Amino acid sequence: MTALRLVAVSAGLSQPSSTRLLADRLVEATRRHLPPEREVETLVIELRGLAVDIANNLVTGFPSPGLSAAIDAVTGADGLVAVTPIFTASYSGLFKSFFDVIDATALTGTPVVVAATGGTARHSLALEHALRPMFAYLRAIVAPTAVYAASEDWGGGRDVRADGYTEGLAGRIDRAGAELAALMPSAAEQPAAAGTAGTASTDEVVPFEQQLAALRP
Amino acid sequence: MSAMQFGIFTVGDVTPDPTTGRTPTEGERIKAMVTIALKAEEVGLDVFATGEHHNPPFVPSSPTTMLGYIAARTERLILSTATTLITTNDPVKIAEDYAMLQHLSGGRVDLIMGRGNTGPVYPWFGQDIRMGIPLAVENYALLHRLWREDVVDWEGRFRTPLQGFTSTPRPLDGVPPFVWHGSIRSPEIAEQAAYYGDGFFANNIFWPKEHYQRLIALYRQRYAHYGHGTPEQAIVGLGGQVFMRKNSQDAVREFRPYFDNAPVYGHGPSLEDFMEQTPLTVGSPQQVIDRTLTFREHFGDYQRQLFLMDHAGLPLKTVLEQLDILGEEVVPVLRAEFAKDRPDTVPDAPTHAALVAARD
Repeated sequence: MTALRLVAVSAGLSQPSSTRLLADRLVEATRRHLPPEREVETLVIELRGLAVDIANNLVTGFPSPGLSAAIDAVTGADGLVAVTPIFTASYSGLFKSFFDVIDATALTGTPVVVAATGGTARHSLALEHALRPMFAYLRAIVAPTAVYAASEDWGGGRDVRADGYTEGLAGRIDRAGAELAALMPSAAEQPAAAGTAGTASTDEVVPFEQQLAALRP
Repeated sequence: MSAMQFGIFTVGDVTPDPTTGRTPTEGERIKAMVTIALKAEEVGLDVFATGEHHNPPFVPSSPTTMLGYIAARTERLILSTATTLITTNDPVKIAEDYAMLQHLSGGRVDLIMGRGNTGPVYPWFGQDIRMGIPLAVENYALLHRLWREDVVDWEGRFRTPLQGFTSTPRPLDGVPPFVWHGSIRSPEIAEQAAYYGDGFFANNIFWPKEHYQRLIALYRQRYAHYGHGTPEQAIVGLGGQVFMRKNSQDAVREFRPYFDNAPVYGHGPSLEDFMEQTPLTVGSPQQVIDRTLTFREHFGDYQRQLFLMDHAGLPLKTVLEQLDILGEEVVPVLRAEFAKDRPDTVPDAPTHAALVAARD
């Protein structure tokens, strides 16, 4: 059986980065909720190292070999963790640019958990008004729980709050990981066929007579 | 006639020379394009192809006017396009204009059909960019008939119907100009070229070769599927982009400011990365020869090689020097090397004379 591919994208810029830390913890949580006997390959892609390649792709229209490998990993993932710092009330430009250079159909049906970091909790809804619609456009399956980690959360407890609904950061991570694991192909299934970037194999070609016929008045 | 044709294709951009900051006038650029075409014939090249654009900073909006003028001042040069906008031009006008050019040039004309990559051109010409492929399919189907049937009754989606229409002049000797279909990413266009048994042209600049390999492999396979010959007998044209000096370091030093500021890819990757990742070659004539010979390994034996030589603000004098090097030192070697081990079954590059002979 082929291993499940669990890939995280972190758009954190500092080193070390709390965005990367959040990505790592989400990957661990997801792994925890997958069947223990299931082989899982995990990979965390830090966009910082691809920043120039991403800008070059925007200019030239094609990815460098390094960026191409990262795109292949993301579009071939059975489950995706996408984490960005919140800049100026939204995802960072680097995060958005990375997904801009991916084919718009390449993430169709891919389970995704979205997460973000920020200085205060005031921008947590950026996950709902920026990241979730972006992945909806890409026709990815976004897990219900989106995880926002403000600076203060890294010192918060795990307990369920008095309202019985709001959990601490660790609890949110665990819930999001469980949701992503549940959305990923189960041990018994073949991994879902993720959308692939546009390739020109013969079986995709619409025979020419059909193209002509479609135009007959 | 030669097994392979070599030539140049121009975008016709008016770009400031980054080393002087000077921008040529439209008039200067148009005259420079003509001078470059005449030089191409003088140095022994076979083909000159002009782009077609309908927005600044490009000048060639009226290709047959320019090619007709060049035709009158040349003897052997094949005049072509790179590309003719099959989506937004009226196919009736293409049929008329290029048949006229075919007569005036004595059969020295062929065309590369393309869809164009400038969004607003579609609405400016009354079309919808989302219909790019259907427009290319329907318009070419009509053009194909207009050149082959004396009287055409026709009705389609995008154009006024025709009843009892005859496109004049009729093609020279009753043989339409050869057509290539150009695409950088659309399998539908490779399929279209294969269906008609036309040529397929991959511009082979700006992007890694893998993009073009997939399309050419598909075109060859479908060409055979439609019974025009074996995959190896399909008619393939390729672009390429080079800059040469005797000493390769001099070529790199001189070309770098033009590369760094070029439209399309400038202000992006380094020249070195771009050379590694795309077919661009900047170096000695021998390096250009070696790199161009690899195209056959990647794409199979092919019929036409066009080089982009005059963009990004390179001064006319420099471009003419480049053409001297190309004609004197590079193309003769390429002709000899490409001829080696080329199977007899691979067709020669298309010419009017050959098409007439094939018909008779």
